[in-house]
Amino acid sequence: MIYITMFIAAVFVNNIVLSQFLGICPFLGVSKKINTAVGMTGAVAFVITLSTLITWLVYTYLLKPFNLDYLQTIAFILIIASLVQLVEIVLKKISPALYQSLGVYLPLISTNCCILGVAILVIQKDYNLLESVVYAFSTACGFGLALILFAGIREQLALLRVPKGMQGMPIALLTAGLLALAFMGFSGIVKL
Amino acid sequence: MKNKFGIVLNGLITENPTFVLMLGMCPTLATTTSALNGMGMGLATSFVLICSNLVISLLKNIIPDNVRIPSFIVVIASFVTLLEMIMKAYVPDLYESLGLFIPLIVVNCIVLGRAEAFASKNNPFDSLLDGLGIGLGFTFALTLLGMVREFLGAGTFFGLQVFPEQYGALVFILAPGAFITLAYLLAIMNKIRKVS
Repeated sequence: MIYITMFIAAVFVNNIVLSQFLGICPFLGVSKKINTAVGMTGAVAFVITLSTLITWLVYTYLLKPFNLDYLQTIAFILIIASLVQLVEIVLKKISPALYQSLGVYLPLISTNCCILGVAILVIQKDYNLLESVVYAFSTACGFGLALILFAGIREQLALLRVPKGMQGMPIALLTAGLLALAFMGFSGIVKL
Repeated sequence: MKNKFGIVLNGLITENPTFVLMLGMCPTLATTTSALNGMGMGLATSFVLICSNLVISLLKNIIPDNVRIPSFIVVIASFVTLLEMIMKAYVPDLYESLGLFIPLIVVNCIVLGRAEAFASKNNPFDSLLDGLGIGLGFTFALTLLGMVREFLGAGTFFGLQVFPEQYGALVFILAPGAFITLAYLLAIMNKIRKVS
């Protein structure tokens, strides 16, 4: 039951993009078409779950027992960067089809702050292993939901006439603002 | 001399990381709930930017080309860890309010972007100036955004009460206000740039 609450909270109430501001760069960058948005979501969900699992294990069994907490940032970013490389190589070998659809997004992911953000958040919140993985996966779903919704709106937006000064980024940000406003309506549906 | 000044000015205006390049959006939106927070985040990022630019520029001939991105990340991450410790010790309040976004400077695209685009190709002094310019540009943008949001949301200007708080629109301090304020600031900047 607690996992369901957690899932709903991470997807709707504390949406990673729209209320915690993590992963804004891909949110604004790859949201011009729904197809690319779906591909990016898949890549993020895969990497975020795997990296949170590994960083949690490294932190709990390696950094904490030896009082190396202060190495957290360096250790995590290195793990994530090498993991992304590894996933890319493995995927290329095992499943070329999946690599075709996710491949181009993988290099972009290492600088995606929601991956490192979630890895640090689960440590800060003192989650256990299962909770961490569930939280990471739910966060990725929230990211996907926001990204795909936003891409859908932007596809329509491209057909409209927009005032000159607002064209491009400003109107996209304004749309994101309205989307965030809509997501605020979800606050209060679950108690954390 | 004019050339050196140009490097700083380039980062501040022509290639302003927030208003022109649109990089590092996460801290820009998340930490600008007040002008002071925005400025703190800007200065923290500037510190990392200046130090990492300098060190990477010094090391650029030693680092092999194949592993340059991981090496840059390690340099940046070390300075971020240093910054974290300093801030925890001397400005604990600011450290608390910026929270997660201090370690996240590591993945700020501006820092890695400048390391790759400028510091790995230029001499140490120029790289230092470039870091300073970009850092100041980022700080300026964040402070401006924070100022507008704080004023509209809570009726204060750097903590000074300008009009009673109950007349403020709280939404500007919450998440949607960040997107909306930045959207209008960008639109205004676009307009100004077209006129000049």
